[in-house]
Amino acid sequence: MDQGTAGLLAAGGGDEASPLMLAGATHLDLSSAGDWFALLKPRVVALVVFTGLVGLLVAPGHLNPVLGFTAVLCIAVAAGAAGALNMWYERDIDALMRRTANRPIPAGRIAPAQALGFGLTLAAGSVVVMGLTVNLFAAAILALSIGFYVGIYTVWLKRRTPQNIVIGGAAGAFPPLIGWAAVTGRLDLLPLLMFAIIFFWTPPHFWSLALWAHGDYARAGVPMLPVVAGPRATRRHVFLYTLVLAPLSVLPWPLHLAGPVYGLAAAALGAGFVAGAWQVLRDRQDADGRSLTRDAPARMLFRYSLLYLAVLFAALAADRLIG
Amino acid sequence: MTDDTPARRPTEGALARRRRGRNIAMLVVLLGISALFYAIAMVKMAQHGMGG
Repeated sequence: MDQGTAGLLAAGGGDEASPLMLAGATHLDLSSAGDWFALLKPRVVALVVFTGLVGLLVAPGHLNPVLGFTAVLCIAVAAGAAGALNMWYERDIDALMRRTANRPIPAGRIAPAQALGFGLTLAAGSVVVMGLTVNLFAAAILALSIGFYVGIYTVWLKRRTPQNIVIGGAAGAFPPLIGWAAVTGRLDLLPLLMFAIIFFWTPPHFWSLALWAHGDYARAGVPMLPVVAGPRATRRHVFLYTLVLAPLSVLPWPLHLAGPVYGLAAAALGAGFVAGAWQVLRDRQDADGRSLTRDAPARMLFRYSLLYLAVLFAALAADRLIG
Repeated sequence: MTDDTPARRPTEGALARRRRGRNIAMLVVLLGISALFYAIAMVKMAQHGMGG
């Protein structure tokens, strides 16, 4: 039985007809426009677009606004394509997790082959348009980011190692590089630091989520750190990565790549992140490390991490625009 | 739940609404792409001194 069949049977409850079986039997298209939009993982795309836009705004030089808009659109479409390909590949485990069981593919509203075609078309289209209209270097990084997210993270690492999101986190760190490269046609230290900031932000962000959602991951057999190493080790990892992230995010200021607006914002935001990670580390727990507070500090840190990245990058853009 | 459960078998009207929604979304996307490619062509022509 292939992945898709297993997932669809799980989604359909075994011997009762799933919507897709119904669709297959009668050739009905059950999808709505919203299902196709959901396939693009719009919430992830929003963060990707924002960091890519900041990379574009802080880069030295000038890019025509139409071409700048095209570059950001290509980043968004590529991220959406990667999300669609991720959902196509993970349809079997998505069907097993409460959080993802109602996604369009496991719920049977979009056929796997349709999702695959949709993702591949958008991926190829975004790279070709970026290459033809902006520049080939930005297009190459864009292609690399799609390949990294789908090939390295989704296919290779996610089901094999608890370090999946550490290395896979690089995939989400590409957008500022692409935005910068769209303007300059090259890479410099600042975009590489922006890459590093997102790279070190990703583990504490995802492990905070995994601390309270690990039941889903365990059911699906995904070796997230809390499933494999336990919550106590995960809390230590969250804290250690935060200790690297906080000073790293301030670094552009002493290196004269950003001004005091960014530097002070990064210092304050980093201090908040370390304080939140400390609360996660000191969470009341039983002898096995299970939280006695329903992982309240981890839930708080997950929400804070989203705010952290958005405000940090907004501060960088504001600093550059003011300066 | 069986095959006859209304929740699992969308009505004709619901399917028609979804098809209409998909068609409208496709129309918007195609118009957007057309406008974008037109704007890109104008910018590229201006950059290469072909703007007249």
